[in-house]
Amino acid sequence: MDQFDQALAPWVVDQARRHGASAVEVMLVSAESITVGVRLGEVEKLKSSRERRLGLRVFVDHASANASTAEFERASLDQFIQNTVTMARLTAPDPFSGLPEPDRQARDLCDLELTDSRGIIAADEALKLARAAEKAALGADPRIRNSEGGDFHSGFYSVLFANSNGFVGEYSASSYNLAVAPIAQSDDGRMQQGYWYSAGRHFHTLDDPESIGKTAAHRALRRLGARKIKTTRAPVVFDPDMAASLLRAFAGAASGPSVYKGASFLIGQLGHQVMSANVTIHDDGRMLGGLGSRPFDGEGLPTNRKIVVEKGVLKTYLLDCYSARKLKLEPTGNASRGVGEAPGVSPTNFYLEPGPYTPEQVIGSVKRGLYVTELIGFGVNSVTGDYSRGAGGLWIEDGQLVFPVQEITIAGNLKEMFMSIEMIANDLRWRSAIVAPTIKISEMMIAGE
Amino acid sequence: MADELVTPEKFFLSRFGMNENALERTLGSALQRKADYADLYFEYRAAEGLSLEESIVNHTSKSVSQGVGVRVCAEDRTGYAYSDEVTVDRMRLAAETACAIADSRSDYRPAVQVGQPVRRHTLYELDSTPLDVPLEERAQLLKRIDEVARSFDPRIRNVMASFAAELKLVMIVNSEGQLAADVQPLSRLNVSVIAEEGKNRQIGVYGGGGRVDWRYFFEQERWKEFTLRAARQAIVNLDAVEAPAGEMVVVLGPGWPGILLHEAVGHGLEGDFNRKGVSAFANRIGQQVASTLCTVVDDGTLPNRRGSLNVDDEGTPTSRTVLIEKGILRGYLQDRLNARLMKMAPTGNGRRESFAHAPMPRMTNTFMLPGDSTPEEIIRSVKRGLYAVSFGGGQVDITNGKFVFSASEAYLIEDGAVTRPVKGATLIGNGPDVLTRVSMVGNDLALDSGIGTCGKDGQSVPVGVGLPTIRIDGITVGGTRA
Repeated sequence: MDQFDQALAPWVVDQARRHGASAVEVMLVSAESITVGVRLGEVEKLKSSRERRLGLRVFVDHASANASTAEFERASLDQFIQNTVTMARLTAPDPFSGLPEPDRQARDLCDLELTDSRGIIAADEALKLARAAEKAALGADPRIRNSEGGDFHSGFYSVLFANSNGFVGEYSASSYNLAVAPIAQSDDGRMQQGYWYSAGRHFHTLDDPESIGKTAAHRALRRLGARKIKTTRAPVVFDPDMAASLLRAFAGAASGPSVYKGASFLIGQLGHQVMSANVTIHDDGRMLGGLGSRPFDGEGLPTNRKIVVEKGVLKTYLLDCYSARKLKLEPTGNASRGVGEAPGVSPTNFYLEPGPYTPEQVIGSVKRGLYVTELIGFGVNSVTGDYSRGAGGLWIEDGQLVFPVQEITIAGNLKEMFMSIEMIANDLRWRSAIVAPTIKISEMMIAGE
Repeated sequence: MADELVTPEKFFLSRFGMNENALERTLGSALQRKADYADLYFEYRAAEGLSLEESIVNHTSKSVSQGVGVRVCAEDRTGYAYSDEVTVDRMRLAAETACAIADSRSDYRPAVQVGQPVRRHTLYELDSTPLDVPLEERAQLLKRIDEVARSFDPRIRNVMASFAAELKLVMIVNSEGQLAADVQPLSRLNVSVIAEEGKNRQIGVYGGGGRVDWRYFFEQERWKEFTLRAARQAIVNLDAVEAPAGEMVVVLGPGWPGILLHEAVGHGLEGDFNRKGVSAFANRIGQQVASTLCTVVDDGTLPNRRGSLNVDDEGTPTSRTVLIEKGILRGYLQDRLNARLMKMAPTGNGRRESFAHAPMPRMTNTFMLPGDSTPEEIIRSVKRGLYAVSFGGGQVDITNGKFVFSASEAYLIEDGAVTRPVKGATLIGNGPDVLTRVSMVGNDLALDSGIGTCGKDGQSVPVGVGLPTIRIDGITVGGTRA
């Protein structure tokens, strides 16, 4: 991995000022990765990537412009900087825009253990892991007859962020991901895919390839023979990954930009009960080795640990500086940043606190209902909270999973769904930056035949 | 860059100080092991965007990216490496990395000789590029949109409008000596409107564009039509009642509801999934998968369309592929790799998001040919059902064939008449049989306004869809009312 030229960021800031910028932010990102794929035991793909980009935001008083480039040669960079300043001059001033106040900037850039000294895993070893995972899936049952393959990805990236108020921060992070997608086929020829993965910032935290493969196979096999059911109202149990998708929708609605634009069902809900009293949601940007951890946010503010929903009450929105100023609130260290883009907002490590029950107890509490393991489509309206998505999973009768179901939808409104989270299981696992345990929602509309 | 717009290959050769010999040597490095095929994909992309919210044009952005991707194919294996520094050394390094996919060399292969550029279509020759518009002029349009939307109804509370334009130059050189280059403009205008009445808040979204320049948005006052449609949708949705739940007759309006075809059949007919036998459509060519009223095509050769291309991202000129003809499954969408392995011809559907990605079979513009019924007849034929005219996104599980698409503007049909608006709902069906339930096809084929982006395996590409008004005799609607 190339080190950043330490003189580059200060040079960019100086040049931008020379061209008339009143404030400047520079972001340098360097990323490298190798992805390998196997299918039916044979190598299928090998991809190697390496990129460096420079992102720039300049202000001319309250007007700003964003730009990015991959050309690092000084003369063309200078032209790029000048063009960006010109663009800012032509943009309308916005009194809410501007750099963070200097006293908000992160000072202690603690080591969050985001890198693994193993770095990028060489193709040969990566192939062995992908093969082992796929082999375990293919060998799990004779009905596993095909595969979309096994993939292993390892990446390493570095971010340097600096602004004209003297902030300079830098961090690196590694990531590893092993995934497999076997296909089960029943005697009538119908197929179902199973997918499972493990991801982490440290290689040794990944699940072993055999267990990933077996889980994926199990997930494909249990879908075989899935059928449609009659339209009905019933309790719905969300498995951890599906429960996490509800949390993602919640994070979007709780983000400052959605709120000030009037595009969120959580407008005016700060301090109000928005979920049932058994729900507490945390956002922790400082978790060691966390997939959502970062020492500072996309504007150079320190990340932090906070409670977003406490016993069902909304304690804070997720805010960058701009949306905080718009809403007359304090920024929360949740600015996210794409290279050359204006700040956005994202959660860090965002999770729903586990509850007292085992997942079996949660399923066992349902007399007649749905256990959801797949959701497809984009039927979530964050303005109204209206929710309607394609679903698949297993039907529950008398607390037992009895048969697989598919080609159905589940629908409701997120406001009501969150208020009716009736049970929370203890099976929280850190598989991604946004995670949740198994949860049960007391009733939803299930559309089928 | 006027010359580059006519002969983009010269742009790359001069920009990166390269000649044909350097291309041939890089391909030689890529083929040093036992490979069937190799290609180099050069890309230069400049993109600009600006957006308005709360009546201020407060975001402007510009990005420039360039790079080269080297791909090596050996049997069904693909090696890919890329660099955003385009130098002969970096290209050789990428070629060496990518060729590790192939077995060690055993046979002799003659050196690659780069020939004359492939003849490409001329689907979007523009006098000016979408980037050649002063920022002030663009900002002015967004402000007009804001005014027009707000004056549509006092209940409009916020307007968000954005304009995005890009110009992409590509050059593809392959181990068969073919060279293809293209200049690809793309513009898009988007309007989102939020309406509020008491605590009831609703959103309306509309937009459009294509491989067009700035003037396009002023012809027939398209900008105004987009704005009014977004505003009207937000206001209509203020009165929306709960959508019904369960299987029922659904009438899809013309245009963007063609996303049905994209999800229900398009993805399932992409060559890679069928070669691997993982699609619900695998081995079904020649079988009936739709009613005889249905003929579905994918056509990358429509002038100025968002999904169109003069050549695909492997240098193959795009074409019109009949996927379903009068209900019978006829063809797959192919890139070179899958066409070769399936012993079929490439269809010009090899596409990629950027130089950082290997190509795959992807759709271009996918639509159903018109039938004989009038839209009025179709609606009149329905006793009780849903009339859906606008949609958000969709998704498909290609292995079991189940697909969804989500209505964002829909109405009840009661006794042959369109009545109340209903809240958004997801529709779910089974790809291989949903079109067998198409009982009426309208004479009003329309293509969408130019807003589609398709995601597959982490890569996004612009696409188009189209549909005449159709009646589907039964599909599950995911509403909340029993």
